[in-house]
Amino acid sequence: MINFQYARASDVADAVRQLAGDPTAKFLAGGTNLIDLMKMDVERPTKVIDINRLPLAQVETTPGGGLRIGALVRNADLAYHPLVEQRYPVLASAVMAGASQQLRNMASTGGNLLQRTRCSYFYDTATPCNKRESGSGCSAINGQNRTHAILGASDACIATHPSDMCVALVMLEAKVQVAGAAGDRVIAFADFHRLPGNTPQRDTNLDAGEIITAVELPPRGFATNYTYLKIRDRLSYAFALVSVAVGLELDGDMIKEGRFALGGVAHKPWRDAEAEAALHAQPANAATFARAADLLLKDARGYEHNAFKIDLARRCIVRALTQAARRTPQSQSSKKIM
Amino acid sequence: MISNDEASAGNACVAHPTRRGIIAGAATASIAMGMSCGASSQSPGSSDGAAAFSVPVSLTVNGTRHSLTLDPRTTLLDLLREHLDLTGTKKGCDQGQCGACTVLLDGRRVNSCLTFAVMYEGSQITTVEGLAKNGVLHPLQQAFIDHDAFQCGYCTPGQICSGVGLIAERRARTADEIRELMSGNICRCGAYPHIVAAIQQAMGRS
Repeated sequence: MINFQYARASDVADAVRQLAGDPTAKFLAGGTNLIDLMKMDVERPTKVIDINRLPLAQVETTPGGGLRIGALVRNADLAYHPLVEQRYPVLASAVMAGASQQLRNMASTGGNLLQRTRCSYFYDTATPCNKRESGSGCSAINGQNRTHAILGASDACIATHPSDMCVALVMLEAKVQVAGAAGDRVIAFADFHRLPGNTPQRDTNLDAGEIITAVELPPRGFATNYTYLKIRDRLSYAFALVSVAVGLELDGDMIKEGRFALGGVAHKPWRDAEAEAALHAQPANAATFARAADLLLKDARGYEHNAFKIDLARRCIVRALTQAARRTPQSQSSKKIM
Repeated sequence: MISNDEASAGNACVAHPTRRGIIAGAATASIAMGMSCGASSQSPGSSDGAAAFSVPVSLTVNGTRHSLTLDPRTTLLDLLREHLDLTGTKKGCDQGQCGACTVLLDGRRVNSCLTFAVMYEGSQITTVEGLAKNGVLHPLQQAFIDHDAFQCGYCTPGQICSGVGLIAERRARTADEIRELMSGNICRCGAYPHIVAAIQQAMGRS
């Protein structure tokens, strides 16, 4: 790890000011990803600004009936918050599906959005990686790409976004509140993360000099018909091969509105408007779900080692939509998949 | 008692050699040899200006307040092991993947390898050495003995600190829930069934 100057920020304005003064500075919240990357020499900040004392650790109801989650709310506190458990159980479930309790006690809401891919080549400074070093090439395209993207990838990068929380947040149509030298702004969750294109070094549309202050949930939480189904190489404490967050609104057996988002398959949490439209005003049955899955995956592309993920994703979508329709959401402790 | 063993480790290597004493002695000897071959006599870490970035921090570990000036790169784990000689907390993967470094930070279990010590000004840290009170083992330490919940023992301090944190969280009720909420602690000897039994005993569900 290279040496760095350590500084503490006293409030949001101070944090933004300190960041603006040093383009190689990084904010430090939970540290569970940044410090790991600093140890690996992937991140080399010359200044680290500790934001843990900023007053951003509250979960509050909003005037519009939603929920405002401060950027420093720890993952465990978010998943266990009574309003999240009651009104947004798909979010609580997704958070509990990720990492370990020690890491959830440390990791922040804002940091979860900004975590980097776990592509092994991104972590290995001895290999080319366009995300780590623009223009150096992608080692994964013809390498060990079993866990990599099947949707929205480019010739420059086939990495996936590793978050579980973000899969639920994009399904819930959350908004990201940010502050910066140019003022505050709000970014729709679906617009927050980017596809790799020719600039895989940029994971998000957060501008240099901006800080996430909160994530805002709209009133609708799909607390009746929901699930978060995550498939991985072991039963716990592993990143998703494929995960699916579902929210349905049913009228009898008919779907009034259906949403589903996928994790582990792309450079960003993945939603598809056409696939969701195929659920609208249709019976909640296997044929409907299979049609929606096929639509979402129609442009999916596998590489040498990860083509199995296309079939896996299709089955996961159908299973997750079935779980949500039957009101049998996936348990994150009992691992049996119903 | 774990705390007594650790406290006496430094003295023990004077009277009769211990593994830790021999390793530490060998490391010192090799540094001295390096210096005699013409290396500068700068203290480790000062060659890239570490002293200029040093940060003062005060925190409490197992009830004892410590005021130190640290290279900001010092992880909480390295502070405990290298600066405070509290070697009960283990370094396994050093990447947040194994849980051997688990300690309690203001009562919550965390991976001490993935966090910088300078972040914890004013915090209370409890390590495995701080769990026994007045010579009496913590109920979970006793339960680990009662249930033979370890073999090699390397992951045990992390398992126990993690289990103490889990019990305080009051979220785990079933064995499935204990297993899931302990999944951040790897045991390569595979003592998992006994670890779950020990935690159940300490939770009052023997």
